[in-house]
Amino acid sequence: MGEESQPSGAGTIPTSVDETIALLARGRYICDRALATAVYLSIELGRPLFLEGDAGVGKTEIAKVLAATLGRKLIRLQCYEGLDVASAVYEWNYARQMMELRLAEASGEQTDRASLSKHIFDERFLLERPLLEALRPRPEGPPVLLIDELDRTDEPFEAYLLEVLSDFQITIPELGPVVAEPPPLVIITSNRTREIHDALKRRCFYHWVDYPSFEREREILSLKVPEASAGLSQQVVALVQALRDRDLFKAPGIAETIDWAKALVALDRVEVDSDGFTGTLGVVLKYQDDIRKLGNKEAAEGIIAEAAERAESA
Amino acid sequence: MATDEGPRERLAVNVCHFARLLRKAGLPVGPGAVLDAVRTVDAIDVSVREDFYWALHAVFVKRRDQHEVFDECFQGFWRDPFAINQALSILLPRTEPPRQKQKDQRRRVAEAWQSPHRPDESPPPDEEEVQLDALMTASATERLQGMDFEQMSAAELEEAKAAIARMDLSAMAVPTRRFAPSPRGRVDLRATMRASLRGGGADIPLRFRRRRVLPPPVVVFCDISGSMGRYSRMLLHFMHALTNDRTRVHSFVFGTRFTNVTRALRNRDVDEAFAVMGADVEDWSGGTRIGQAVRTFNVAWSRRVLGQGAILLLITDGLDRDDTALLREEMDRLHKSCRRLIWLNPLLRYDGFEPLAKGIQAILPHVDEMRPVHNLRSLNQLAEALGPRGRRVVA
Repeated sequence: MGEESQPSGAGTIPTSVDETIALLARGRYICDRALATAVYLSIELGRPLFLEGDAGVGKTEIAKVLAATLGRKLIRLQCYEGLDVASAVYEWNYARQMMELRLAEASGEQTDRASLSKHIFDERFLLERPLLEALRPRPEGPPVLLIDELDRTDEPFEAYLLEVLSDFQITIPELGPVVAEPPPLVIITSNRTREIHDALKRRCFYHWVDYPSFEREREILSLKVPEASAGLSQQVVALVQALRDRDLFKAPGIAETIDWAKALVALDRVEVDSDGFTGTLGVVLKYQDDIRKLGNKEAAEGIIAEAAERAESA
Repeated sequence: MATDEGPRERLAVNVCHFARLLRKAGLPVGPGAVLDAVRTVDAIDVSVREDFYWALHAVFVKRRDQHEVFDECFQGFWRDPFAINQALSILLPRTEPPRQKQKDQRRRVAEAWQSPHRPDESPPPDEEEVQLDALMTASATERLQGMDFEQMSAAELEEAKAAIARMDLSAMAVPTRRFAPSPRGRVDLRATMRASLRGGGADIPLRFRRRRVLPPPVVVFCDISGSMGRYSRMLLHFMHALTNDRTRVHSFVFGTRFTNVTRALRNRDVDEAFAVMGADVEDWSGGTRIGQAVRTFNVAWSRRVLGQGAILLLITDGLDRDDTALLREEMDRLHKSCRRLIWLNPLLRYDGFEPLAKGIQAILPHVDEMRPVHNLRSLNQLAEALGPRGRRVVA
């Protein structure tokens, strides 16, 4: 759903839940009060926000929008298995260090070990990675740190995060601790492909991002795909909502709703009929079993009728 | 709300009471969370009930499944804080408060003392000891009792541990993306640089590192239906021992329903683990609906527990009552979502086994290997079957 949004009225920290909703709306992100409360608390009390939910419900987007609307830098740490300190926190530039070592040798100066090691492990040779970068003060204010899909990494990294997230401090053995003052805004997302340990969750505000209601989803769609007619977006939302109630392996997220509407607009459709439905089903459903289940004419007509009822009652 | 115009202190006190209610209802609410909650309600406008609700929600709820309990507690408590007892009486039957558990424990301790079989008087361990040494904690749960579930004796416990220790799954260990120091391997630049400076920078002694190897997560998927009844007890002991032996083990049992018993089995004490499990599982020794169970697992759990390259251990005799089309389809999906699927089949009492049953034929093409065990009688046999020399039928 990554659409660029211009920072407007940047830099003002919200002081209430209503202001948070307004702030996110300026970044073209529509959310319910529950999520806005969690976001507001996380900003106000300086705690990380832990967002869990199915894929495609807009967890990552919220960090992007926050960074854009607050005019802060977004620092993203994409997690993967085996993510280690060298690629998440910092690394030394060994080649330059070795060069320095040789130069010191060649210059023939008599230096003692302590000063040599101080010389070699200097900030000049430090390569900052996302976590360390997020702790550095910035002129526009502390950055937004997005730790994306934390469930993809393994337990050792999670344990490392405990220190960073509770004290906003990173210790580099050769240089000493780096403390963030004030702390960055931290958003952690997880798709639940693994349970995250309670110890980490305890340090965060937790929110389960659910699928939006009919009304809200239509609002989102009209904002994100304004070129779709009101009738079409109404039908698309009703269809997606009906699909979510079906017994599917992977229910479509909001990202799929938006993609689908865009696809239909690109195909110059004003309405979804059974042919259009089966033809574009691959945009919404990503598993072959699910597609097979709904890819025939009968099933398509059934769900279109069901969606029409929904749209009417809404 | 009674606290609308009251001073902040009174609200804070009420939040504390609310936290206690949640704790009694089974949510893990520590003092840290209570402090957070007090700070939280200071930060928001408490006159908006919805904000107040979601603010406390963000602090106290840490898993999606805790939402319902929180909701019920919230509705009960903040309507009328004096109705706590009433609210509790509704909630209590559902979640067992810790105090109750302790009582059971104490009874067990008392009974253990009264028992004529003191540990030092008991005969040397032999085959029969297993039957003699049944210290009763008869209370625990009726369901498990009904299943002819004796308590695990100390000797059995030892046996289980020994069997797990013998069970060598190391052949399945997988290289991780993490490194450990090693005499050979790739050059570890960070360690090299440090080593060099330790010697004054005169020379650069190379240090090496190598990929660390770890046993993969294990997911146990165990049949507890009637036809498997005679093995259930041992299998549960096996699952308990495995869960406590290593990290990253998830256990599920199924018959006509499907239950995640991982948390129950994490109790160190085997009796307590079974007691908790007995309360959760409702389909002991019933029929089997393997297809449906596998489907539930695929939809709700596979993405959560199989993601890290897990080995899936399917323990079932493959006798299914349902139609096999569903089973075939779901086994296919299951097979594709795990690293390795091992089917342990206790072969139904007879030796001349041929995979004729429809369920078995549906499962067989979708497993990496089947390990049949004839007359599964002990954990030893089980461990042996799973060890490197167990009999394998590669599909």
